Amino acid sequence: MLEIKNLYVRAGGHEILKGVNLRVNAGEVHSIMGPNGSGKSTLAQVLAGRETYEVTGGEVIYEGKNLLEMAPEERAREGVFMAFQYPVEIPGVGSAQFLKAALNAIRKARGLEELDAMEFLTLVKQRIKVLGMDEKLLHRSVNEGFSGGEKKRGEIFQMALLEPRLCIMDETDSGLDIDALKIVAKGVNGLRSPERAIIVVTHYQRLLDYIVPDYVHVLVDGRIVRSGGKELALELEEKGYARFEGGAGAAAPARR
Amino acid sequence: MTAVTPAKDRYLESFARFEQATTGNGQEWLRPVRQAAIARFAELGFPTPRDEDWRFTSVAPIAQTSFKRAEPSRIALAPRDIEQFTVPGLKGVQLVFVNGRYAPALSSPGPLSDGATVSSLAQAFTDARTVLEQHLARYADYARDGFTALNTAFMEDGAFVHVPRGRVVETPVHLLYVSTATADPIVTHPRNLIVLEEDSQAVIIEDYVSLGAGVYFSNAITEAVVGQNGVLDHYLIERESHQAFNISTLRVEQGRSSNVASHTVLLGGALVRNNVHPVMAGEGGDCLINGLFMATGRQHMDNFMRVEHASPHCDSRQFYHGILDGQSHGVFSGRIIVHKDAQKTDAKQTNKNLLLSEEAQIDSKPQLEIYADDVKCTHGATIGQIDEDAIFYLRCRGIALEAARALLLFGFAGESLQRMKVEPIRRHLEGLVRHWLPQGKMLEEAR
Repeated sequence: MLEIKNLYVRAGGHEILKGVNLRVNAGEVHSIMGPNGSGKSTLAQVLAGRETYEVTGGEVIYEGKNLLEMAPEERAREGVFMAFQYPVEIPGVGSAQFLKAALNAIRKARGLEELDAMEFLTLVKQRIKVLGMDEKLLHRSVNEGFSGGEKKRGEIFQMALLEPRLCIMDETDSGLDIDALKIVAKGVNGLRSPERAIIVVTHYQRLLDYIVPDYVHVLVDGRIVRSGGKELALELEEKGYARFEGGAGAAAPARR
Repeated sequence: MTAVTPAKDRYLESFARFEQATTGNGQEWLRPVRQAAIARFAELGFPTPRDEDWRFTSVAPIAQTSFKRAEPSRIALAPRDIEQFTVPGLKGVQLVFVNGRYAPALSSPGPLSDGATVSSLAQAFTDARTVLEQHLARYADYARDGFTALNTAFMEDGAFVHVPRGRVVETPVHLLYVSTATADPIVTHPRNLIVLEEDSQAVIIEDYVSLGAGVYFSNAITEAVVGQNGVLDHYLIERESHQAFNISTLRVEQGRSSNVASHTVLLGGALVRNNVHPVMAGEGGDCLINGLFMATGRQHMDNFMRVEHASPHCDSRQFYHGILDGQSHGVFSGRIIVHKDAQKTDAKQTNKNLLLSEEAQIDSKPQLEIYADDVKCTHGATIGQIDEDAIFYLRCRGIALEAARALLLFGFAGESLQRMKVEPIRRHLEGLVRHWLPQGKMLEEAR
C-alpha cells in the first residue's frame, strides 16, 4: 500500500530525514518508535502533506501513485489520514459543520452520495459513542476548549468517521492517562481490517500493549536503524534508545 | 481643533435657512437646544486626526464635500423597491426612512403590545413632547463632538420607541434607513430616541442601506434610556454602498440592573465611524458590546467604544472582530472609564483582527481610565493572518484549500454572530457575511 524509498527531508535548514525506507502492506500495523528529535513526527507530517518540510530526495508511492505530488486534501480523499499530535483549535467553526464538510468531500471523491444533515447526524452519533465521547462536543467549535484527552479521542473519532485506508497516528498517546489510552486503543483496534494499514508513531511502548503492532521500526537521527516484531518494542522499553544513538549513522540494521 | 472653514460655513448658512423653514411647525420648544448645538458646532467644526479620539480617521472627505440638506423627497418608493432589504422571518414592526424622512406608505408600525409606542420622531415632536423634553438630547453630548452637535441642530426625523413599565415588545423593531442616489450629495441626520421604562424589554434593529450608488452622508444618533431592570437588544447593520459616508452614535443610559446588548455589523460604506457609548449609571447593570467589521477595497471603518462604569457592580463585555482585505483600514478604539464610585466593576475587552492582504491596515487601541480601586478590567487585542495550522488541519481532512479558507473566515466572523440571540437577524447576517466572502458561494453549497 505504501512504499517509502530513500526519503530525505529538510526543514529550517536542517536535514531531518536521511534516507528512510519503509514498506507497509494493507492489513498491517506498523509502529515507528524513536527518541525525541529523531524525525518520527516529521515523517508523519510529510506523509500528510505538510508544506513546511522540503523533500530533497527519495519518493513515496501510495497505492501506485506518487504521494508527494498530491495536495493534503487529495491525500485525504485518497484515504490517507493523520491523527495530529497537536489537534488544532478552530474557534467559530462548529465541529458538526467541519465533520460534515470533511466527510462529504471524501465521499464525493470516492464517488459516493453526499450525506444530508439527518443521515450525517445518525452516523456521527453512532460513531461518537464508540469513543466514549459526549455528543455535546459536536455543538462546540473544532477542538476549542477540549481537554487534551478529548482532542486525541476526537482525532480517532474522525478516523472512524472518515474510514481512511492508511491511518497514521502521530504520538496520539502522549499526554494520555491509562483510561483514555484504552479508549483510543479500542477505537483504533476497531478499525483494524485486511484493507487498512495503520502506522503508530510513538515514543513509548505503553500504547503498543493495547494496539499490538505487526512490525516495529526504530527511527534514530533520521534513519530506520532497526526493524523487528512486537518484541522489539519491549526491548526498547527495557533498554532505552541510548544504544542506538550516537553511532546510529554508522549502520543499519543496528549493532548488537 | 481646526476645521475646514468653508464647510463649516455651509452648515451654518444651512442652519439659518433650516430655522426659517421650521418656524411655526410646533417645535419651537427645541429652538434653544438647536441653537446651542449649532453654536457649539461653530466652535468645534469637524474633528481632525490631531484630535485624540479621531487619530486614525480623517473626515476630510466629509468636510470637503458640499452636502445639501435632504429636502422632502419627491421620489415615491414602492414596497417592491425595498423588498430586497427585508429580513426574512422578521415579522415585526418596521419603520422605513427614505433619505432621512419617515415613509408611512412603506412602514408597518404595529401592532404593538398595550401602551408601547413606535412612531417617527417627527410625529413624536408633537405627540410625545413630555417624554422628548425629558430625554431628547440629554445623553448624547453635543458639547463634546461636532457631529453630535450637527445632528442635534438639524434633527428632524428618525424613530421614537417608548415602552412603558413592565411591557415587552415581543417582535423586533426594524428601522430601515434607505438612501437613494440623488443629483447632488445630500446629508441626513437620523435621530432616534428609545425609552424603555422600568422592567420593560425591546429589540431594535437599525439598518442602513443604499438604493443605487451615490455619494451621501448619514449622520445618525440614537439615544437609548433603559430603566431599572430593563432589557434592550440593539443591532446596527451597515450595508450601504461603497460611496456612502456614515457616522453613527449609540448613546445608552443604563439604569439599575438593566441589561443591554449592542451588536454591530459593518459591511458597507466608504467611510464609517461607529460610536458606542453606554453609561452604566445604575448599580448592577450588564452591558455586552459585540461587533464585527469587514472591509475591503478602500473602505475605512472606525469603531469607537466608550464604556463608562459610573456605578458599582456593573459588568461590561466588549468583543470586536475585524476582517480587512484590499487596501482597507480598520480602527478599534476601546476606552473603558471606571468612575470613582464604581467599585466591583468587571470590564473586559477583546479585539481580534484578521488581515487578508498586505495593504490592509488596522489600528487597535485600548484605553483604560480607572478611578476606583476595587475593579477587574482586562483587555487584549490580536492582529494576524489566517492560521496556517488550521488550514493544514482542514485540508488533511479532505477540505479543499479555498473551502478551508472560507470556513475559517466564516468561523472568525461567526464568533461574533453567535452572540446574537435573535435568530432571524443572526441568520440574515450570516447570509450577508457569506455573501461578502469571496468564497461565499462555496459555503452556501456546503451548508
